[in-house]
This record gives sequence, C-alpha cells and structure tokens, in this order.
Amino acid sequence: MIEIDNLHKKFGKNEVLKGIDLTIDNGGILAVLGPNGSGKTTLIKSILGMVVPNSGTIKLNGTSIKKNWEYRNDIDYLPQIANFPGNLTVKELIKMIKDLRSSKTADDERLIELFKLQPFLDKKLNNLSGGTKQKVNLVLTFMFDSPLVILDEPTTGLDPISHIRLKQLITAEKENGKTILITSHIMSFVEEIADEIVFLLEGKIYFRGSIPALKTKTEQPDFEHAIASMLSSSYA
Amino acid sequence: MRSRWSYVYFLFYLLLGVVLLFLNNDLSKAVITLMNVIIILVPLIGTIFGVMYYYNSKEFTELLLAQPVKRSSIFLGQYFGVALSLSMSLIIGLGLPFVFYGIFNSGAVWDFSLLLVTGAFLTLIFTALAFVIALANENKIKGFGYAILLWLFMAVIYDGVFLMSLVYFEEYPLDKFSLVATMLNPVDLSRVLILLKLDISALLGYTGAVFQKFFGTSVGFILSSLMLTLWVIVPTYFIQRMAKRKDF
Repeated sequence: MIEIDNLHKKFGKNEVLKGIDLTIDNGGILAVLGPNGSGKTTLIKSILGMVVPNSGTIKLNGTSIKKNWEYRNDIDYLPQIANFPGNLTVKELIKMIKDLRSSKTADDERLIELFKLQPFLDKKLNNLSGGTKQKVNLVLTFMFDSPLVILDEPTTGLDPISHIRLKQLITAEKENGKTILITSHIMSFVEEIADEIVFLLEGKIYFRGSIPALKTKTEQPDFEHAIASMLSSSYA
Repeated sequence: MRSRWSYVYFLFYLLLGVVLLFLNNDLSKAVITLMNVIIILVPLIGTIFGVMYYYNSKEFTELLLAQPVKRSSIFLGQYFGVALSLSMSLIIGLGLPFVFYGIFNSGAVWDFSLLLVTGAFLTLIFTALAFVIALANENKIKGFGYAILLWLFMAVIYDGVFLMSLVYFEEYPLDKFSLVATMLNPVDLSRVLILLKLDISALLGYTGAVFQKFFGTSVGFILSSLMLTLWVIVPTYFIQRMAKRKDF
C-alpha cells in the first residue's frame, strides 16, 4: 500500500506538485493521467525516491521512504525514456541489473522469448532501435517478481504485436495480485486495462475513480471524450 | 569508456617516464622535470575526466537510481572508480620505467615516492572537485567551463594573485600569510612539498628559508599531509551531500 500525504515539489520556480494526497491499495491497476507537464512523472519519481519532495510524506506499507533505499527491492520501474549506457550489450545489462537485486530469481529468459529479443542479446545498446530498447526496458522491469510495478509510458515505440503481449503481461501480473501504476497518453490502452484512474491537473488530483464514474461525471459516452471534456473545462 | 581512456593515460605516463629518463640520464633531474608536469597535468586530467565521466554515465546513474542501491554508494562508487583508476595509471605508468632504471638503488627513491603520492592526492582532489561541479550543473557545457576555470585558477591564476599580493604588501611581514596561502591551494602545497623534499629550496630565496623551516619539520610535513587529506575529504563530503538532495 502506498500512502502519499500532502506532497509538494518545486523545480526552481515551477511548482509541479501542489499537495497530492493519494492512497493506493494493494492489487489492481491504477492509471495516472493528465496533460503534459501535469506532474505524473514527478509523482512517480517521488515514489521511487529519484525526486526529493519539498514537503509531504510518502509511505510504502507503513514505512516512510525517506532515507531508505531497501524498499526499492519491492518496486519494478519502467522509465519513460529508455536511457541505457550505450557501450554495454543487452546481455551484460540484464546481468548487471540482476546483480543489484537481493532476490536473485529473475525470469528474464521467458521475457526475452516473449519479446523475441534473442537476436539482440549480444548487440550494444547504442545500436538498437527505439522500440527494441523499449522491449529491453520491459524485460528489465518485468523480470523481477516485485509486488509493486510502476510503468511510465510503457507503450512508447512498441509494434502492435509487442503491444498486445505487453497487455497480456500486465493482466497476468495483475492476476498475481500485484499493484500496478501506469501513466499513458493512449486512452484506449488505459480504458482497456485500468481498474481505476487518477487525473492530475496542474499538480493536484482533479479526479479519482473508476472509468464509468468518470463518464457519468462528465456526461460523456466514451472515455477519450470524457478526458478531453475534463481538460477543456479546465482550460476554459 | 573509462577503461579505454585510463589505458591511454597509463601509456602516456609510461612514455613520459621513459623519455625523461632517456633525455636526462639522471634520476633526480628526471624527478624534477616530472614534478613540473605532474603539478599542472594531473589536476587538469583529474578535472576533465571527472566531469566527462559524470556526464557520460548520467543515463547509467538514472538506471541505478531506480534500483535498490543507496544513493551515496552510487556516486561515491563512481568517484572512487574514476579517481582510483587515474591514480593507478599515474603510479604504475611512471613507476615502471623508474623501477627498471633502478630507482631502488638510488637516493631519489623517497623523492620519487613523494612525487607519486602527491600526484595521487591531486588526482583524488581534482576528480572530487570535478564531481561537485558536475553535480551542481545540469548543463554539460557550463559544467565543463567551470571545471576548466577551477583548474586554471588553482594551477595558474592563484599563483599570479599570490605573487602580486606579495609584491603589493612587500613592506609587511608576509611569512605567515604566504604559508597560509600556500596551504589553501593543493597545487601550490604539492609543489612546495616536493621542492623542499628535493632540497632545492635555496632557489626559493628568503621565503624558501621560511618554508624550509616550516615544511621541513615533521610538524610541517604532517600538517601539509593533513591539509591534502582535508582537500580530499571536504569535496567528497559535498559529493555525498549533493547526491542526496539532487532530483533526477
């Protein structure tokens, strides 16, 4: 369970998060949505401890994440932009990340098979295409069996087949009882997999609830229009 | 990236050692020439490699940050990785030719080891300062600029300002001032330490006598070693502190 209490973050003068209160229960898929620059990635990075908040607390299963790093053993994180050290091969990178985890059980072979990455294993990461990098990124994220999975724009650059496999993967993880946090701009993808959504707007939580609830609230028949109507009402 | 460049660096020192010995044909003279090279070059290389390594491995750092690894161990690991491999290149690269030339059978062995130790210290100091600068500047170009400026200041400008102030305040007793001013710059401190050890302090004139009185004693030696250590510890502390607060 994640408890976020009154989280504030400023980058210079730019106030990105203006008091986020959010409790995420175990199990299920929660999608964090919002326009560009609404603070989705900052929120996620705060949970990971990559961004140090100005004020507010974040607790994971009752313990504060401040000055703590072991808790990241329980999180799998897929970064938005796959930035890897270019001079390593895919194999070396996977091995290295495995070495960093306390639990040595990783199920990389199944994932390599699933995303058909075998021909790329001995290639340097510099020479991979964007989509292949994203697949490597997915393997690194899903190969551990952590109770919390955080995915920042997981669909970027994926071909349709990999897209379908990713959806299957996410659904399977959900059935294992994991908590999954996703950000995405692909509304159809979100509508298909998310149990609940959180809508961030200008650093605050604007809406939280299920997709049907959102449709009723905005009086829109489909999800994409519901989101768009929320945006336009806020811009107006 | 790191390993390839440290080989180049190692080969450079190897070559330098061999050429100097060949040209001078005398150990003590070679040590003096080396000193001049080390005092200027080691800080420069430490600074550039430190900054370059930090910016180059930024992606890697971000990858590590999401993993269960302590922040300070990521950054201190990177720092010591760079600084120690540079020091090793220096010590082994210069050491080998001198050992083969027969440094152990000559009187210059202590001078030479002091030279290597100060070289290693300078590497540690300037790599740490470079990391601090790189951590403080998100912008690569700015970071590089500041780092080079720092080197220029420590290696060249500081001396100029120091000399000018000596000339300007020539009527006052300046022993204490010049001692302190030397202590505050690791480059100058190393230079004075080596010069005095080489027993050519007569070249330094009156100030040399004062310095000899101070640095020549064991108190002076210990104090200057402490100062050099402090120059390593303080920036390292800053690396850790800044790493803890930085957003990625």
